[in-house]
Amino acid sequence: MRFLKLQLPLLLTALAGLIPIVAFFASPNAVQVQWTKDRLEKYMIIIASFALMLGVINVVQSNVKKIERRQKGWHYGAFLLAGLISMAVVGILGAINVGPFQGIGFRPDGSRTPFQWGAEFVFNPLQATMFSLLAFFMASAAFRAFRARNVEATILLIAAGVVMLGRIPLGESILGGRPYLSHFTDWLMNWPNAAAQRGIIIGAALGAASLSLRVIVGIERSFLGIEKTD
Amino acid sequence: MDLGWLNVARANALVLFILFCVLVLTNISRARRGGNLFIRRIAGLNAIDEAVGRATELGKKVLYVPGIMSIDENQTIASLAVLGHVARMTARYNTELDVPNKDPLTFAAARETVREAYIQEGRPDLYNEGLVHYVTYDQFAFTASVSGQMVREKPAANFLIGCFYAESLLLAETGQSTGAIQIAGTAEVAQLPFFVCACDYTLIGEELYAAGAYLSRDPAQLGSIKGQDITKAVVGLYIVVATALLVVGSTLLKRILTIE
Repeated sequence: MRFLKLQLPLLLTALAGLIPIVAFFASPNAVQVQWTKDRLEKYMIIIASFALMLGVINVVQSNVKKIERRQKGWHYGAFLLAGLISMAVVGILGAINVGPFQGIGFRPDGSRTPFQWGAEFVFNPLQATMFSLLAFFMASAAFRAFRARNVEATILLIAAGVVMLGRIPLGESILGGRPYLSHFTDWLMNWPNAAAQRGIIIGAALGAASLSLRVIVGIERSFLGIEKTD
Repeated sequence: MDLGWLNVARANALVLFILFCVLVLTNISRARRGGNLFIRRIAGLNAIDEAVGRATELGKKVLYVPGIMSIDENQTIASLAVLGHVARMTARYNTELDVPNKDPLTFAAARETVREAYIQEGRPDLYNEGLVHYVTYDQFAFTASVSGQMVREKPAANFLIGCFYAESLLLAETGQSTGAIQIAGTAEVAQLPFFVCACDYTLIGEELYAAGAYLSRDPAQLGSIKGQDITKAVVGLYIVVATALLVVGSTLLKRILTIE
């Protein structure tokens, strides 16, 4: 039991972690190594597709339960299931070319299949709506962040003001067409900002490498639900 | 250049890799022998207890989003370590936990992590499959679902820890508007400013990767952090010396680290 629950997963994790590292340092002519790495990546896709099935089953189960029990927000669950089932049905019928459902993209005459219609006129606009909310959230977050409460916040406020003005034509026209603000913006972005970002990136890269090593040697087991080593 | 099995053009990277492994593994071994290891205080991780405690007092749920990427992403693995800790606390205090997932593999791993946490806390009776649930593979549909959940159910504590992209600000601002205490963490540099603006605590880059070791207080894991820090000091010194040499016209150190 311990072998199946702990030792085998740790062994598989170590192997899966070591293969890409070996492949990185191996010669491109070492075909066995590259083949193993490519195979591993394909296995990952296959495993993910099985996990996706688990996910879909979970979505159906949890929403059916929610509707049955008339839990708070159950009508959202009903809407979700209706969307899931209708798109799955037209997609599967399209994939096996039944009746008007020929394919999942465009028909040979250029008209849209029902699946394509749903994706183009329902799904994509909904996605775009969510994404466009970002602009409003950015404004509200900026409003909260750029308040001169202390020295650091004031520096942030001034830097943000300069960068915003330096990125738009208005900034240049304020100074009579002279590009001082855009030059200062470029300096801020390329030097202080890039230096701070690289500091974070170097620290994060070493952190990621250290975590990977912990996972490969079996010290980090949190993904198996185990906090400490024996 | 090719030398049998080894890609000689990457030999410099191999030397650095071995050096890094030796440093980390030596410190792990030192820590296991009982060496004294200091790890600085990380406010975001200390605040986890406060956040779960607040949710318990208010009788509201804890929402944990483990990012949107799969289990092959290091940030997701680091996030699962924090999730295990949060789940142990929610099991201990009988607080409701909700873990929505975008990636199916992360969903399977998160479910296992939470189940084990409840078993380890001696509360398997509190665990149910609904605690960790799958939402959708689409980024913005997932964001819409989680945002809606935040607004309708008003969790007392939101954890946004893992790999996030454009949805980071949407989730963090929505959570902020509901008045929840928010702890975020990511190594995505472009998303960090959003989290810093909208969340109460943010784990920045390496703090996220150190979270598992910090929370578990496992000497072996803490030893790896020490090894990582020594490497960071070496890299910092290398950058300073290489920059100084570049200023005087020598590209030697720059060429040594150029990797194909």
